[in-house]
Amino acid sequence: MTAVIDVESGNLALGGRPVLRGISLSVKQGEVVALLGSNGSGKSTLVRGLMGLVKWSGGDVRLFDVSLPSFRDWHRVGYVPQQLAATSGVPATVKEVVSSGRLSRRRLLLPMRQADRAAVRSAIATVELTDRRHDAVSQLSSGQQQRVLIARALAGEPELFVLDEPNAGVDHHNQLGLARTLANLVDAGATVVVVLHELGPLAGLIDRAVLLQDGRIGYDGPPANDLTLQPTAGHAPVHHHPRSQPDHVPLGPGWEL
Amino acid sequence: MGTVTILDYPFMVRALLAALFTGLAAPAVGTYLVQRRLALMGDGIGHIAVTGVGLGLLTGRSPVWTAIAVAILGALLIELIRERGRAGGDVALALIFYGGIAGGVMVTGLAGGSAQTLHNYLFGSITTVSSQDVWVVVALAAGVIFIALGFAPQLFAVCQDEEFARAAGLRVRAYNITTSVLAAVTVTVAMRTVGLLLVSALMVVPVATAQQLTRSFKVTILLAMVLGAATSVGGVATAFYVDVPPGATIVLLALSCFVAAWPVGNLVRYRRRLRQPFGEGDGLQPHTVVPEEHGHDHGAACGHPAVPHGDHVDYVHDGHRHAVHGEHYDEH
Repeated sequence: MTAVIDVESGNLALGGRPVLRGISLSVKQGEVVALLGSNGSGKSTLVRGLMGLVKWSGGDVRLFDVSLPSFRDWHRVGYVPQQLAATSGVPATVKEVVSSGRLSRRRLLLPMRQADRAAVRSAIATVELTDRRHDAVSQLSSGQQQRVLIARALAGEPELFVLDEPNAGVDHHNQLGLARTLANLVDAGATVVVVLHELGPLAGLIDRAVLLQDGRIGYDGPPANDLTLQPTAGHAPVHHHPRSQPDHVPLGPGWEL
Repeated sequence: MGTVTILDYPFMVRALLAALFTGLAAPAVGTYLVQRRLALMGDGIGHIAVTGVGLGLLTGRSPVWTAIAVAILGALLIELIRERGRAGGDVALALIFYGGIAGGVMVTGLAGGSAQTLHNYLFGSITTVSSQDVWVVVALAAGVIFIALGFAPQLFAVCQDEEFARAAGLRVRAYNITTSVLAAVTVTVAMRTVGLLLVSALMVVPVATAQQLTRSFKVTILLAMVLGAATSVGGVATAFYVDVPPGATIVLLALSCFVAAWPVGNLVRYRRRLRQPFGEGDGLQPHTVVPEEHGHDHGAACGHPAVPHGDHVDYVHDGHRHAVHGEHYDEH
């Protein structure tokens, strides 16, 4: 089976500072991969790099077996950023924002076709916002806005979903809703890459966890229960660690969970 | 003189035509600028265009074309600074603004242009629009409107969330440049109507007015265009009958529309907020029966805001939320 995402020794520097170093990662079709890591570990940068939003400084990055710089089939990818860009400015309804997710499949200067409208409608229904579709997104709660972003990605009917911390600032109730939505996508055969701070309610869906540590991949394998081990200061020390350093996870091949 | 109307004067017909098209085009572009939080970009381009006007006067070419050229260059420079997103970008913009206006005054002075010549461009002189000018204005404005509405889905997506648009494969840079060029062309088109110093008002004020009352982008841009056209035509007509400067009249009319719409918008938002559904909560609240007697039964007509709460309705009542529960009300 071909890889949906294939990164080989990827390096990425932001403003001259190396952020990702020696990243090798391959995601197969239908896999659900969680990208974990503490703040500043590079997980968001990795996602932004995969979406072509920041430039890789080295290595080979391929989406659907096409080298990233020449990749054009963006309708196969649904990107869900961490939060809605500024909601003030000019008001926009849920339907309008979700419709913009359909643009990768629309032709210039032509109105939406039947299939486009249907896709937008079903995307909104999937995230259970049908009764709010004519409301301005700025009026919604942050959990609902998160669902708008997911619907926007859904509207393009992509094969690969990339979500950047969809649970940040979202309460437990809405996290469960997100887990339900993702479960439906996974059942439909979607490939999912999701940046998470901790597995939380999504734990049951995740096939594989990739732990980023200081810009390198520190672990890549099945999601162990205690993989929420965040080397984050201030986190309640409920995790047990294999070694004696509770707030520092060692790097290197000798390390195991 | 009896039935002589405003339309009997060819120069007024030209002025009204120019005002109508400018009034439609300026808010169409302005909506995208407001959405990108670049409401003052029109001002900046207007300042830069002054240098263009000066160059036109100096070289003896039509100031409209030199102004367009310089305005587009300026708009692209502003876009470049914005794209880089450097801290201090606003200072860089300020430098461009002042450089533009000082350069314009300087070049006009070198050209020996009188203060009145520049004044015409700074504050508009719509009644002196020649028949050739008016067709240029109409054609350019029509082009701006076509692009602003025809590419609305793409421009909306790019202005709304640039990163997502890029990840969706849109040519974000091309659309940003398009918006900048549209803004530059609009500024020069509106230069004759309201003048370079007030042009931004025509781009921004109708949008600000429209969004007091709207929830969707589509309605906002269309309503803003209607308001822009109405205030432009109304302003020119008023200026004809009352003998006041047309440019200022247009802007003051547009502002008075905003002043009228603002309290209405506030009221609409307030009422909408009152009726926002309450969160479902975690269902752990104890069952609390409202102790007091009600003089009436809560219902559609009782006057207390009825707010959806999960599978039922809460009636907001002096800071309490009362939900019907059999024969009594529960405190929610």
